[in-house]
Amino acid sequence: MKLREVKELLNADVIAGEEKLDMEVKTAFGADLMSDVLAFAKAGSMLLTGLTNTQVVRIANVLDIAAIIIVRGKKLPAETVELAKELHIPVLSTKFILFETAGRLYAQGIVGCLEKVEK
Amino acid sequence: MDIAAIAKELNLEIRSARDRLENIVTGGYTGDLLSDVMANSHAGDIWITRQVHQNIVAIATLKEHAGIILVNSCEPAKDTLERAKQENVPILVSRLGAFELTGKIYNLLAKDK
Amino acid sequence: MCAAENILEKHSFDIEGGNFSNAGTVSTKIKSILKQKNLPDDVVRRSAIVCYEAEINIVSYAKKGVISLTIRPNSVQIEADDEGPGIPNIELAMQQGYSTANQQIREMGFGAGMGLHNIKTYSDIFDISSEVDKGTFLKMTIHTQPAKD
Repeated sequence: MKLREVKELLNADVIAGEEKLDMEVKTAFGADLMSDVLAFAKAGSMLLTGLTNTQVVRIANVLDIAAIIIVRGKKLPAETVELAKELHIPVLSTKFILFETAGRLYAQGIVGCLEKVEK
Repeated sequence: MDIAAIAKELNLEIRSARDRLENIVTGGYTGDLLSDVMANSHAGDIWITRQVHQNIVAIATLKEHAGIILVNSCEPAKDTLERAKQENVPILVSRLGAFELTGKIYNLLAKDK
Repeated sequence: MCAAENILEKHSFDIEGGNFSNAGTVSTKIKSILKQKNLPDDVVRRSAIVCYEAEINIVSYAKKGVISLTIRPNSVQIEADDEGPGIPNIELAMQQGYSTANQQIREMGFGAGMGLHNIKTYSDIFDISSEVDKGTFLKMTIHTQPAKD
């Protein structure tokens, strides 16, 4: 599905990356713990999170995350928005909680991504 | 829909409070930040998280959650399990990640309505 | 040792302890350096991840530190050398879920006790040494050629 459709499905605001709304997305990862994102999220997925600090954008960049979906309608600090624009990472913000956000996306065929790394 | 039905449908493993599996699940909350869960979840929610320390039992008790499901095959810490048994809070374990488990439970609850 | 003459490129970056607003900038820089070398995506990504975790550790716990990147024909090496409290029990610190992070660090989504574990899983070779009240030294090597297995 296209990021534009994700935006509609979640009644989301586009905070950064308006130019990337035609991007195709297939997988998502939901977490509030950055170390889990680093441990398990696959490149090319959407990251659904309630965290809004600049580290979310840094991590998205490090991991080649396709887009960040901020849940619970949390306001983003200006420096987070700025960094997302600078690094060209699309950020959407939805009022829905993570449960609803993940539920809606899953119902539309987005699948989870879990990259299990062998010890 | 009760916890037992969700557990059966999604192959969840039960770690505590087997006698409370008839708790009715009216909604769900997915999250790992305890302050957020404390502030925003509701009574009757099934709480989906990867946090395993014993504070999760206190939060689930205070917020009257139907139960807790740990994702990614995370196991409750020993003192968490003891506390859950004492407080009679069901803790279940899923092999799925938070996104996928949430998606499946969301759909089950939607069908049930 | 004998690999010294094979160094294609070396970069060093200073990191300031406690400065969360700058945390991650070094990893972002290192990632873009590696990307320009046309290394496989997976190598770039794993290098960026281990670098990021090491950087967050320095910012979270140390007074200051240096992260250096060494590119050789067959490997990328990242070293993180800090001045800080050190790690009294490395074995314990390596365990998933073990963390000494304070509330501020946890509220930012860190301190879940995954950092060193992540570094180890994403590196091909991982060395760690530490001295209490002095600092911690990490060395991560990622092969740029496909592994033989």
